[in-house]
Amino acid sequence: MTKSELIDRLAVKLGHLTHRDVELAVRSMLELMSRSLAEGERIEVRGFGSFSLRFRPSRMGRNPRTGSAVALPDKHVVHFKPGRALRERVDRGAGRLPSPDG
Amino acid sequence: MALTKVDMAECLFDELGLNKREARELVDHLFEELRLSLESGEPVKLSGFGNFDLRDKAERPGRNPKTGTAATISARRVVTFRPGIKLKTRVEAGARSFGK
Repeated sequence: MTKSELIDRLAVKLGHLTHRDVELAVRSMLELMSRSLAEGERIEVRGFGSFSLRFRPSRMGRNPRTGSAVALPDKHVVHFKPGRALRERVDRGAGRLPSPDG
Repeated sequence: MALTKVDMAECLFDELGLNKREARELVDHLFEELRLSLESGEPVKLSGFGNFDLRDKAERPGRNPKTGTAATISARRVVTFRPGIKLKTRVEAGARSFGK
């Protein structure tokens, strides 16, 4: 499911809102979530999951093409931990449906 | 303080002028659509934000971390999230400025 499919599906279920409103709402929400993470604030959605930042210390890496050593600075990466309801539903779904890559 | 569904609904109220009930409903439905898609075996790709992918894990030996006894971890399907380039870049730039 892509972002535009998500918008279409939501618009069908929320018939009292216009497609345009749903589109703006989805964009606003993703922007708010991105901004929170960029500001170092975690996200918690019960039954879905939480997004937090994990620290990755600086390290020496290699340019895979030339093999020369390069210093890679500290960074933060986004980590998602699925919530219990999502975890259980996805796993139960796996039992009765074909595999995603098959 | 973490961002929650209450804050997201508040944002839709402020930015789009949805009433509180509509805003709350939209936020709930959005996460439910994501769960429905993943539950049905369909990954989710939100450009600019990231992708929620599904991975089928084979059964493997493990341990109960509390008691230390050996136990088999059953085969399962799990959700993973891969942030998109745009989100990654914003987080890296943001992290330098908040100095965490």
